[in-house]
Parts: sequence; C-alpha cells; structure tokens
Amino acid sequence: MTNLIAVVLFVGVLFYAVFGGADFGAGFWDLTAGGAERGRRPRELIDHSLGPVWEANHVWLIYCLVVLWSAFPRAFAAIMTTLYVPLGLAALGIILRGSGFAFRKVAVRTSEQRLAGAASSVITPFFFGAVAGGIASGRVPAAGGGDPLRSWLNPTSALGGALAVVVCAYLAAVFLTAEARMREVADLEAYFRRRALLAAGAAGILALGGIAILDQDANRLFHRLIGPALPLVIVSALGGAAALVLLRQAAPRIVRVLAVVAVAALVGGWGVAQYPFLLGNHLRIAQAAAPNATLIALTVVFGAAVLLVVPSLALLYRLQQRGQLEERAS
Amino acid sequence: MTVTSPGSWGVALPAAAADPSQLLPAREQMAFTLGFHIILVPFGVAFTFITLLANYRAVRHGDRDALLLAERWSRVAALLFAVGAVSGTMLSFELGLLWPRLMGRFGAAYGIPFAIEGIFFFLEAIFTAIYIFGWRRLPPWPHFWTGVPVVLAGIGGTLSVVAANSWMNQPGGFRLVNGQVVGVRPLAVIFNRAFWYESIHMLLAAYIVAGFLVAGVYAAGMLKGRRDRYHRLGFVIPFVVAAVVMPAQIFVGDVVARQVFHNEPAKFAGVEMVPRTADHVPETLLGILSSDGRVRYGVRIPSGASLLAGFSPSTRIKGLEAIPAEVRPRPELVSIVHLSFDVMVGTAFLLLGLSLWFALGWWRRRGLPRSRLFLPCASVSGLLAVVCLETGWVVTEVGRQPWTVVGLLLTRDAVTTSGNVWLFFSGTLAILLSIGVITVVVLRVLRRRWRALAGGEVQVPYGPERPDGPAIGEARRR
Repeated sequence: MTNLIAVVLFVGVLFYAVFGGADFGAGFWDLTAGGAERGRRPRELIDHSLGPVWEANHVWLIYCLVVLWSAFPRAFAAIMTTLYVPLGLAALGIILRGSGFAFRKVAVRTSEQRLAGAASSVITPFFFGAVAGGIASGRVPAAGGGDPLRSWLNPTSALGGALAVVVCAYLAAVFLTAEARMREVADLEAYFRRRALLAAGAAGILALGGIAILDQDANRLFHRLIGPALPLVIVSALGGAAALVLLRQAAPRIVRVLAVVAVAALVGGWGVAQYPFLLGNHLRIAQAAAPNATLIALTVVFGAAVLLVVPSLALLYRLQQRGQLEERAS
Repeated sequence: MTVTSPGSWGVALPAAAADPSQLLPAREQMAFTLGFHIILVPFGVAFTFITLLANYRAVRHGDRDALLLAERWSRVAALLFAVGAVSGTMLSFELGLLWPRLMGRFGAAYGIPFAIEGIFFFLEAIFTAIYIFGWRRLPPWPHFWTGVPVVLAGIGGTLSVVAANSWMNQPGGFRLVNGQVVGVRPLAVIFNRAFWYESIHMLLAAYIVAGFLVAGVYAAGMLKGRRDRYHRLGFVIPFVVAAVVMPAQIFVGDVVARQVFHNEPAKFAGVEMVPRTADHVPETLLGILSSDGRVRYGVRIPSGASLLAGFSPSTRIKGLEAIPAEVRPRPELVSIVHLSFDVMVGTAFLLLGLSLWFALGWWRRRGLPRSRLFLPCASVSGLLAVVCLETGWVVTEVGRQPWTVVGLLLTRDAVTTSGNVWLFFSGTLAILLSIGVITVVVLRVLRRRWRALAGGEVQVPYGPERPDGPAIGEARRR
C-alpha cells in the first residue's frame, strides 16, 4: 500500500516535470530570445503553443503537494521546515509566471513584465531541482528543522537545479521545433532545433559532471543510479539523443514523445535510485506513511482522478492540437 | 520566550507575550492571503453559471447582446480564475511553510478533502480553458456544454475545501494515540459535523457575491446613462441569481448560527459576546468586550440571544468564563468576532432588502424599481456582499482562536519555528498588493477596449471562421 501511494505521488512529480517543465522551458527561451524586435517571432510561437493549457499543466504541482501532505505528513513537515528558502523562492517564481499568464491574455505587456515572467521560469525549476537535490542527498532530517542554508546550498542541489533548468529548456525547444514544423515555419523550426541541440549538449555535460559530484556528495544515490536505476538512465540518454536525431525527419508527435520519455526516465531514475527511502537514506517510505485508511482514500481519489481527469485532459489537448481552441484579442 | 530581560523591569508580560514571535506574522499572512483569495473564489465557483445563463439565452433565442455578455464574462472569469489559481497556490505553500505542525500532525486526516478538491480544480482548469478558447471554433451547443463541468467542478471544489475548514472547527473521523493520527475514517473526516452547514453557506455566498458584484458593474454603467439593452441584460441576469439565493442564505445562516450554538459553544459565546453563562441573554448589537471582560456600548435587545439560539428566553448560553483561562480568547478577539458577525448579518439584511425591492418592481411592472435610489444601491451591492463574505470568514476563523484544530492543536503550537516570517509576510503582502492592483488595471483596460467597440463593428463569437487563420508571423499586435 505504501509503495503504491509512493508511486501515485511520483506520477504527479513526473507529470509536473514534463508538463510544467515544458512550460518553464518555454519561458527560458522567451527570456533568451533577445530584444523586442529580434525576439518577436519566436515569442509569438511560444505564446501560441502554450497559452490555453497553463493552469492545467500547473495543477500537477498542487497534486504533488496534496498527496505529499496527506500520505506522508511527517516528511512534508520536515521538508517544509528545512527547505523553506528554496521552496519560497520557487513559489515566488510560480506566482510571477502564473500572474504573467493570467494578465497576458488581455493586456499588452511591457518588457519589464515579460522579464519578470520569463526570469521566473529559470527560478522555479532551479529551486525545485535544488529541493530535489537536498532531499536526495539526505540533508532533510526526518524531524525537520534542518540547516536552512546548507540543505540547498550544496553540490547535489546545485546539480539538481542546473539540470532542471537545462532539461526544461531542452523539452521546450523540442516541443517548439515540432510546433514550428506543424505550422510550416521553416526558419523558426531551425531556430528551435539549434536550441534543442544546445540544451541537450548542456544536459549531457551536466549529467557527466554530475557523476563525479554524486559520487562525492550523495554516495548511495550514485550507486543506485548506476545500479537498479541504470536502465532508466540509459533510456533517458537514448530517448534524448533519438529525439534530436529525428528532429528533422520524423513526425512531430514521435519527436515529442521521445523527448517526454527522456525527461520522464530521468526523473524516474531519481525515484528508483531513492527507493525505498523518502528522505535521503534515513526515512523510509513505509515509516513516513500515513495510516492505511488515508492511503486507501488517496488511492480511490487517484482512481477517480484518472477516470475523470484523463479523458478531459485528452479532450483539451486534442482540441488544442486540432486548432479548435484559439486565443483571440477581444 | 524570555519574559524577563535586563530592560523589562522584571514585570511579567501579559499572556499574549507567551506566544511565539512567529505567530503574529504567520496569522496575518494567512489572513491576508485568505482574505484576498476568497474574493476571487466566487468568480471561479459561480460566475460561470451566470455566464452560462447568458450563453443559453444567446443560443436558444439568438440574443446578440446576451452572446456578447457571455463571451466577455467568460474572459473576465478566465482572468480571475487564473489569478485565483495563483493565490490558491500561495495558500497551499503557506499551509506547509507557516503551519508545518498542522500538516505534519494532522495531514493524514486533514489532507483528504484537499486531495478531492485537487480533482475538481483540475477539471475546472481544463474545462475553463476549453470554454474560453472554444468560442470561435466550437459549434454553439457543444461549446455551451463544455461550460457545464466548470459549474459542477466549482460546486465540488467548494464543498471539498470547506470540508477541510469545517473539520478544523469540528474535527472527527480519526483517533489520536500518543499524538499520532490513527484509525482514519475518510468519510467521517469529510462529512464532519460542521460540513453541510459551512459548505452550503459558502456555496450560496459565492453565488451572491458573484451576482451582486457583476450586476453592480452594469448598475454603475446605467447610472452613467448607458441604459441600452446590453447594460440592462448585464444587470438583470446576475442580479436575479443573487437575489434568488439571498433569502435562502438568510435561512441557512440562521441554521448555521444555531448549530454553532449547539456544537461550538466557545465560538458562539464570542459571537454573542456572552461573558457569563446565563439564560435570558440579551442580543447585543455592536458594542465591544472591554479588557475587564464586560460588555460595553451597543444596543441590547432583552433575551434576544437566548430567543434566537433556542426559541425561548430561558435558553441557557455558555459564557466565556466557562472556557478554561489558558484557552480563552482575549477580549479584543471576542470584540472582533462579535462585530464581524454583526456586520455580516447587517449587510446580509441590506442585500435581502435590495433583493425584495427588485422583486417588487419586477412583480408590479416587469421592470427595475423606478426609484432613483435603486441603481446607486445596486451598484454598491457587490461591495456590500464582499464585506459580508469577509466578515463571515473572520467569524469562522478568528472565532476559532486560540485553536487551529478545535480542542487538539493550538495555533501557537501549529506555527513554524524556522525562518523569518516577518520577511515572508512582507514579501507576500507586496505580491498580493501588486497582483490586486494589476488585476484591477487589466479589468479597466478590458472595459475601455469593450466600450470603444460599442459603436463600431463588434466581433461576435460563433461567427464565420476567418479564412486566413492564426498564421504565425502575421503581426498580431493588439
């Protein structure tokens, strides 16, 4: 039961990494698109491809918080009382990004507003990555109240943060390349393909460098990553590379799926490497879990969510892909 | 807490000083965020229903004005829903960052309603997106139906979140063994003893606030001379929704007050400002509880409180003195709860009066009341409704103090011990302020833009598709 609920929680983390990640990555390319005139067309593509589904992508975060505090209340309290600085900053980023989206639909944005919204797309993944690093490297004591600075200012957190930023950027660049192809805009397609390659290269370098960092800083995680989690790590690397190779030829849908597989396998690798611990290597999932009745209730809720939300979400994405949802100035 | 320090003259500070220093900023931060968020909630919950009424009329009767209203309302609702998603996210972070010991100790029970709320929020987000962005390309009836799940999810979401809140007032559905939550019964957590009262009360409040606020905008427009059919319709649809719900809310409110009397005597003693347990308790209108624990100022209606609580002047009401001294709310808190209650009831009756006034005019001549005073009153009805909503939540939340979970967890024990909460609070305040200001500015921009369109050619939804489509690269300057 406890393992099942841990999987339910991790499904949320995976979905947030993929859907939220693509969103934040798009913000990253928005930030780096250059001056108003030079960056106008890439930004239009970004605005168009991500507009309608922002709230739906973002709900996954709420899902993770809710499952974490209901199923693993002790671990939730421990994380919140230790990593409050990066969590607060990540929340700040989400607020900026969310309000950017809310107001964008109607108002003309100034460059400052745009900058705030885009900067937030670097802040949020970085600090969530740092939080993951702090948890993975065992810097969150089970009783909470851990070191408020060193819990996230450490090598593993730095790696997690940097990796999160480039992986989001990679994901978004692949999505946007596919989007540009669908709309048959050749120059933008090349534009985002270059960026996808760049981000993939950066992710590769970080991953290689990360081996050395994790060996030093989070030994158990390191050994699990090259042990039970190795297949996932390999799938991630292959998927990421395949997406890049096929970026020119294959159907946009296939490319998108490959990139998603790459990111999901990477995050999944972290999950497998950390199993059976929820915090570092001192708090087991089973020890942290809420009473069984709560876990059963959450599983039932999860089942209901799958039955209700998945078809709705499928409808939303389908309508969006078929171009039946359109943002319109009014 | 150090009570004596070199400069403190060795005088023991009052009980308040025993509270941890994080408590005040944490409570203020929570109050401000909740107070902000709750204004947006009615739009997420009830505005889409009002919009669908207009949408239905538009499609069924080919009403162009109703169509335009529905489309514009849906855009306002989308904007406010997105802002509400932001402040709601702030709240979920704050639950963890400010009250880690509430979540850590009771998350296994308290968290369940939130998990259910997650589904409704998800559905609402998805169908809001479809409804908003579907105006142009979806056929009219299917498009109308994509709005219906938004209304249902709004109702479900309200019930689930208020389930969590009502659980804090009357916790149940679990046992505590050595401070650990065990034997959780999820259904008993959700359907706790305060659930139906509180959640129905809030659901109706959402319809009232959304209805009066939207109607108020058009009432203000009509006052400025814009009395065309578009404005009249924009006024009547939301106003009728609020006016129909208003009498039901008065009835529900009365039932809620009586169940608070039976099940939450401490809160009731605060609401009615009853210092000592007694019968023939007067109903004190306004007034305060002075620091010596006596009721001062205000108008007293003999035996009023006893009559309202138990239909008989001899009904005994527990006084504040019955509460153990260490968990007794301080007099100034009691005064806040009592005054908030009076303001809530007062504004509710003003709104009821306004609703009846409207009903009278409609019954007599199928039109708005002719009096010159009606529109000015109607234009501020939304603000009154917001005041009513906010003070109602003050009664619930401040009235529960010093408890976070009644009888089980004191607020001062729930608060975080780490970090600088004053810093966090000021940051939050700055964010709320700027989001609030930008929201108002954006709404005004929308209004100006729509007003500019009023004379010229208005693009209506469900119109013919533009042949060129939304090509990228095409300049889409607004």
